[in-house]
Amino acid sequence: MTAATIPRLPAGRTVRLGLSRIRYEVKIYFRQGDSVFFTFLFPLVMLTIFSVAFSEQTFGQDADGNDVSAAGFYLPAMLAAGLLLSGLQNMAIDIAGEKSDGTLKRFAGTPLPVLSYFIGKIGQVLVTGILQAALLLLVAAVVFRVPLPTEPERWFTFAWVFLLGVITSAVLGIALSGLPRSGKSATAVIIPIALVLQFISGVYLGFAQLPEWLQNFASIFPLKWMAQGMRAVFLPSNYASVEVGGTWDLPNVALVTGIWFVLGLVVCRLTFRWIRKDS
Amino acid sequence: MTTADVAVSVRDLRKTYGRLVALDNVSFDIGRGETFALLGPNGAGKSTAIEILEGYRDRTSGHAEVLGIDPGIGGLDWKARLGIVLQSTGESGNVTVREQLAHFAGYYPHSRDVEEIIAAVGLEQKAKTLIRKLSGGQRRRVDVALGIIGRPELLFLDEPTTGFDPESRRQFWQLIRSLKSEGTTILLTTHYLDEAAQLGDRAGIIAGGRLIDIGPIDELGGAEARVPLVRWRQDGVLREERTTEPGTLVASLAAGGREPDDLEIVRPSLEDIYLGLVAKHEADRELEPVS
Repeated sequence: MTAATIPRLPAGRTVRLGLSRIRYEVKIYFRQGDSVFFTFLFPLVMLTIFSVAFSEQTFGQDADGNDVSAAGFYLPAMLAAGLLLSGLQNMAIDIAGEKSDGTLKRFAGTPLPVLSYFIGKIGQVLVTGILQAALLLLVAAVVFRVPLPTEPERWFTFAWVFLLGVITSAVLGIALSGLPRSGKSATAVIIPIALVLQFISGVYLGFAQLPEWLQNFASIFPLKWMAQGMRAVFLPSNYASVEVGGTWDLPNVALVTGIWFVLGLVVCRLTFRWIRKDS
Repeated sequence: MTTADVAVSVRDLRKTYGRLVALDNVSFDIGRGETFALLGPNGAGKSTAIEILEGYRDRTSGHAEVLGIDPGIGGLDWKARLGIVLQSTGESGNVTVREQLAHFAGYYPHSRDVEEIIAAVGLEQKAKTLIRKLSGGQRRRVDVALGIIGRPELLFLDEPTTGFDPESRRQFWQLIRSLKSEGTTILLTTHYLDEAAQLGDRAGIIAGGRLIDIGPIDELGGAEARVPLVRWRQDGVLREERTTEPGTLVASLAAGGREPDDLEIVRPSLEDIYLGLVAKHEADRELEPVS
């Protein structure tokens, strides 16, 4: 039989199926109680705890002498935590589970392009990440009375830090999904990685209070930079003096996160397989 | 058979894992529109063979062609023409039966109607139920539905009816017969020999990685394996004799006017023939010098 007689699949289906995968993935995501709680609502729960626990304290003042509340101080950190949880933690655990429960093996036997599957995953992270950030901002503004920035340039910074951060985090999650040996061990392997990163990257602990060697170590990883970018958006300008180097250093936020994005893509490209053919 | 008439062609297929030989020079063809059953004990190499043909495993050596394509390098165009029902299902399935089928239907260029398929596998009442809430047999029916949603030219069924109750099994056979009448080629592995007999045009028996017999179902084991068996009890001892002339034997037994005890004439069932072939293979193997 010659190749000409074999029916070809129509062009453009990779994107169409990718969009179909996004709808399917988002639907499944919100049906899983544990993922909704531990990745979607978790930053909101933590923001609430910090706001309530430190409600009597203030976290410095802006240039006009207004106090910054606990909720205001922790909002950028929790937005950064959301990027990590919705992307890296969610993807790594989700895909490790799909690998071991036979979902990926089933896909391997269908004409679903790998790229459509990736579009679905990254799209799911993007959609759930946007909803998560919107919910955080809404609760912070309405319930905890955090004054949100009004300057368009701050929201522009938010947009690119968020988009670059959430996509990088998703790609790194896909790359890390090969690490756990089984779906069952995935949470045990991935959550500690995510947790340690959050503690050393200025999410739960003030970055300025960490020893210099730990700051240097944490600066290798992208979460520190995502958190810094979020602080640049939501904290008063005078808080930049507390940062390492005394500035928000947005060019390096873009650079380091971008490098991790590319690195993650390369690892995905080299290591992702539907199945190991001879396992 | 010409190339266009052959759906699957396998020559000297060999698969080794280190020193373990999982498949040892297996050769067979499956014609277009044919239903071919692959039988054999657990661990005999059935699933290894079927997974090589599905593109899930690489072969060590030999030649394989599935719908004219080497399954080791088959792309998406090729996969769109296959339907695969794997041996195991393990998905948690946080989607309903209808959602899952509608989603998978989108992967294929000429998919079947979702409601039609739901009806064909008898899950109309469960269409809005989450897959993880279904029973094992019902989930298996979803697997089968996903295997045929893309209107495959070639359907792989790896132990499809495990966990089915007898009624569902009959319904499933009916479904397979209708696929067959539409011209679908089917490669089936099963432990149920009645299933192979009901559905299969031809069968191959694999034991110890080797194809020990192949042919139309009613010719497996050759004429000798089908020679009827006469059993009776004489002086309290069970006797049996294979003969092509059971009537004559029975007549001679009853010749003295004495009615033989527990007399029966047995025609070997497919199961008897199959078990006989596998046992013979095992015995032959033990006699082979260890290399």
